[in-house]
Amino acid sequence: MRASRKNSREIVEAGLARRRRKEAAFRASGMLATAVGVIFLGVFFATLVMQGASAFKQTFIKLDVEMSASVLAPDGKLDLAYADFDGLVRNALRKEFPDVSGRSERRELYRLVSIAAGYQLRDMVAADPSLLGSTSTIWVPASSNVDMLIKGNIDPEIDESLRPINDAQVAWVESLQENDRLETRFNTALFTNGDSREPELAGIRGALMGSFYMLIVTVALAFPIGVAAAIYLEEFAPRSRWSDLIEVNINNLAAVPSIVFGLLGLAVFINWMALPRSAPLVGGLVLSLLTLPVIIIASRAAIQSVPPSIREAALGLGASKMQVVFHHVMPLALPGMLTGTIIGMSRALGESAPLLMIGMVAFIVDVPGGFTDPATALPVQVYLWADSPERAFAERTSAAIIVLLGFLLIMNLAAVIIRKRMERKW
Amino acid sequence: MTETKITEEKAMPEAGPVEPAGEFAAQKPNGAAARKVVDRVTEFGEETVGEVRCENPFVISENVNVYYGDNHAIRDVTLEIGRSEVIALIGPSGCGKSTYLRCLNRMNDSIESARVTGTITLDGRDIYSSDLDPVALRARVGMVFQKPNPFPKSIYDNVAYGPRIHGLAADRAELDDIVHTSLDRAGLLKEVKDRMDEPGTGLSGGQQQRLCIARTIAVNPEVILMDEPCSALDPIATARIEDLIDELSEDYTIVIVTHSMQQAARVSRRVAYFHLGRLVEVDETDKIFTNPQHKLTEDYITGRIG
Amino acid sequence: MQNLTLILVLAAMAGGAFYMGRRRSFAVVGGPAHSAQLHSLPGYYGYFTLIWCLLPALGLFLLWVLLEPKVIVALIVESLPDAQRTMSAGELNLLVNNIQNLAAGDAISGEIDTVMRDAADRFNEYVAASRQMLAMLTLGLAGLGGAIALRRIRPEFRARNRVEQVVLYLLIAASSIAILTTIGIVLSVLFEAIRFFREVSVTEFLFGLTWSPQTAIRADQVGSSGSFGAVPLFAGTLLITAIAMVVAVPVGLMTAIYLAEYSSSRIRAVAKPLLELLAGIPTVVYGFFAALTVAPWVRTAGESIGLQVASESALAAGLVMGIMIIPLVSSLSDDAIHAVPTAMRDGALGLGSTRSETMIKVILPAALPGIVGGILLAVSRAIGETMIVVMAAGLAANLTANPFEAVTTVTVQIVTLLVGDQEFDSAKTLAAFALGLMLFVVTLCLNVLGLTFVRKYREQYE
Repeated sequence: MRASRKNSREIVEAGLARRRRKEAAFRASGMLATAVGVIFLGVFFATLVMQGASAFKQTFIKLDVEMSASVLAPDGKLDLAYADFDGLVRNALRKEFPDVSGRSERRELYRLVSIAAGYQLRDMVAADPSLLGSTSTIWVPASSNVDMLIKGNIDPEIDESLRPINDAQVAWVESLQENDRLETRFNTALFTNGDSREPELAGIRGALMGSFYMLIVTVALAFPIGVAAAIYLEEFAPRSRWSDLIEVNINNLAAVPSIVFGLLGLAVFINWMALPRSAPLVGGLVLSLLTLPVIIIASRAAIQSVPPSIREAALGLGASKMQVVFHHVMPLALPGMLTGTIIGMSRALGESAPLLMIGMVAFIVDVPGGFTDPATALPVQVYLWADSPERAFAERTSAAIIVLLGFLLIMNLAAVIIRKRMERKW
Repeated sequence: MTETKITEEKAMPEAGPVEPAGEFAAQKPNGAAARKVVDRVTEFGEETVGEVRCENPFVISENVNVYYGDNHAIRDVTLEIGRSEVIALIGPSGCGKSTYLRCLNRMNDSIESARVTGTITLDGRDIYSSDLDPVALRARVGMVFQKPNPFPKSIYDNVAYGPRIHGLAADRAELDDIVHTSLDRAGLLKEVKDRMDEPGTGLSGGQQQRLCIARTIAVNPEVILMDEPCSALDPIATARIEDLIDELSEDYTIVIVTHSMQQAARVSRRVAYFHLGRLVEVDETDKIFTNPQHKLTEDYITGRIG
Repeated sequence: MQNLTLILVLAAMAGGAFYMGRRRSFAVVGGPAHSAQLHSLPGYYGYFTLIWCLLPALGLFLLWVLLEPKVIVALIVESLPDAQRTMSAGELNLLVNNIQNLAAGDAISGEIDTVMRDAADRFNEYVAASRQMLAMLTLGLAGLGGAIALRRIRPEFRARNRVEQVVLYLLIAASSIAILTTIGIVLSVLFEAIRFFREVSVTEFLFGLTWSPQTAIRADQVGSSGSFGAVPLFAGTLLITAIAMVVAVPVGLMTAIYLAEYSSSRIRAVAKPLLELLAGIPTVVYGFFAALTVAPWVRTAGESIGLQVASESALAAGLVMGIMIIPLVSSLSDDAIHAVPTAMRDGALGLGSTRSETMIKVILPAALPGIVGGILLAVSRAIGETMIVVMAAGLAANLTANPFEAVTTVTVQIVTLLVGDQEFDSAKTLAAFALGLMLFVVTLCLNVLGLTFVRKYREQYE
């Protein structure tokens, strides 16, 4: 025995170096794998912020606009709907650059300013008709191409034919800059406007409101139903094939592709129940079905974590089963249920595939004012803008994503805080 | 397991002298002064009583301390374990005997917060020195656990696992040989030789534990650590394992942690009594059970401390 | 808005019913001082009255609101002159739509004739009448229910048991919604798919090699019959799923192993939430990233080594999808690894295994069923993933295994076929439901299989 022991010790020692190398390689590959996810996250957020941060700023141009009555009301009557406010802007631009002549050159000049300038003037005159005939110095939003140039997203050094803004326009912008007639400010339009074909006018307010209405429907349906279902399954359901079936079914529903829920919504809510297309109501219904399994599973876990001794104590005092559940178990399980609901809501907020099915993907300019108005949702807005070819929309897409992720982060933090604050150790 | 024990220890009141020192002094036999280390019982009872040294020492611990974070789990343990000796570690739960056992093959390494000070040498080499690979150490110091833990593999693969990872067998025939010999030594060969391909988890509890012993001796270790190897077994299976330990003691140094004083009395030559992380008393088995020197030891073996 | 008012009135009535029921319970025993004579606490008599007041009325309300549009449209169609009633379904549909728009005062396409004008007026009349009837009936029913409940209140009346019974039924109803959802999914895709298979044979759909769903508007146009061979879609879906799995499975598994076995608790405390963050990013955002950042990058990288890469290559979509799935694989693998008893790990380490040997030879084989179950769930997730492929994969149904070419997937085609305006019963639209059925069946099988693996495995070590 002794001799063979010495022998085996030698064998073990001999193999050690090779085994240590393998161990190190295995460990390194584990570290690498962990790094992949973390690095992706870093690259992802860096790209996003780099692309999207500039969208929170918008370039404005200072113009001296003469609210000339001869342009606005050539026949002496001012009709706000038809008055040529754009003409005022054009005049102001011509005055700024008097040596620009020729139709096509002038048209190029007019393109420096967003069409929003006309609306801005109209609103000013509508609010204060006495402005008519006066000259006022105002800041109007620049067109998206000027905006992109200022933000450095268009390189003026590359060949003229390769960029959407020509040499003459670049020169005008530079002259505006020299005269302090150009500056970038916080982009309020991004948060106050609905969607638009013009990037400098497009905002996420419509999408935000659509998401908001949808989440209200979702939480109003999914939370009570989810909690009720969890209570029944945990506290009342007899252990039978039926409850097993429900159990399997809920777990499976949680893993059904979300687009299938969209098909359900299209077939049942829109075609069969004839609910309106593109409405937050339908979106909310679909999303509540989608989040229901998440809430049920989380609520059941919360109920399970309430120790049986509490139930027994209450039952022992003569409370009915229902009283035990609603007076003792529910309050104790509530933090877990709320956490699960918030997680479910954050999933609903980020969901877009099923919404495409029920028509929430339309181009909608108006901000929805109710549950049945046509609307879109924040993630769908991201999808829509991501499809647009303009460089300015790519920037806004990133900005919309930042806002979306901000909301998701807040919701998840709320969930964590609720869990930490109200968590009990048994 | 270790971690639960730590919490138990935390929950216990801080260690303190149960009896005034005078009583210990009165009990102390005169011959004790001649002994090498322990000839004095302080007021706090911090010194080990009895004989920590032995002839032909193989595993030597000097002033071993183990910390789990801020928790001081093992305090100043000095102990020699002889070649081909069976030594039993006894003591109330949470006393640190398992923790000490796991120091001997560095199983505590995998616990992040664990820290070991002092020296432990195996055959003269410091097992905590940086140039010693715990892998090689564990090939020399095998371990049998409290609950039988065969791998979810066949009986054959369970026993062949160690020789395979260490490359001990040159070919299949040699591997077969190692597996058969090991199973034979563990007294399991007759029962399983027709079903070597069946899963090891299908055996009875006692058989599983013998399989784990076979698995351990297949690596050809010099020391076998046993952490309450019979606590999950019925009396008949326990008796078989005890017989097995007896047989194995010819070739192996065996350190066994046990809850059962009868078991310690049956299988071991020496007994070490641990209490709240301290090694209270070590001596020949007979001496410990018939004439314990320390009040705590006496309390434990007479059943006053459980 | 009118419905909202009605709901508010109903809620107010329910509150009143509660109050009256409670008061009545005191009255029948002669004052609050004697409430001990009641069988149940006074509040339960209030709840009992409330339930009787609210539930039937609410049920009627929902039923009415659901059926009202259909009934009114049917009545309008009934009242149209024969010339219009005999029109084809599509034209009739358009006419009804126009009438509704006219009634709502919206701009409509086409001429407005007297027939439509009359119909629109009638439509408005019917709606107004229906609203009146609804309000009267609902509030009447609420009052009646409350009154009946009040009359039944006696000291010995078991109000608590009745209320609890109703609550129990409500709980049962809530829990069966999950079942109803599944049934709804199955029925909605099944019915439309069956209609599709009446026009296109099942074998052509399942085994046909060409997918071009463009059907012409007129039957005599060239290329009028679309072809619905879905094999290119299945192949495209599998290709992208395979790429995603090649990324997600090793990376996810190794991440789980590293975090479980090697990393210090500090690294774990940072890496785990970061991975959860990865799991929380909406898929549309991944899609944006795939289409605008990864796809051009893959293209440049491919071309720099002389490869032809399509701008919407399967590789870009698959890579990003793989990253999206990493957290799913790693968390399920982590569960599986942690479910293996530590005794196994100790046993292997005690025999002198290195950590990697312990992991590869003992823990992973023991955790294998759990890991396989997790991978099946991940595959199901990849197959059903929509936004990434809609944004980053192509529309062209190429039958190829080359990851640098553009392929299309089942989900992409469902979206393409259903987004935009089209008639609901063309083969093109119905094809989307047939694809949906395939998608549902395949993911259902994967999910059930995966969940069974995971659960069986968990039970094994419990």
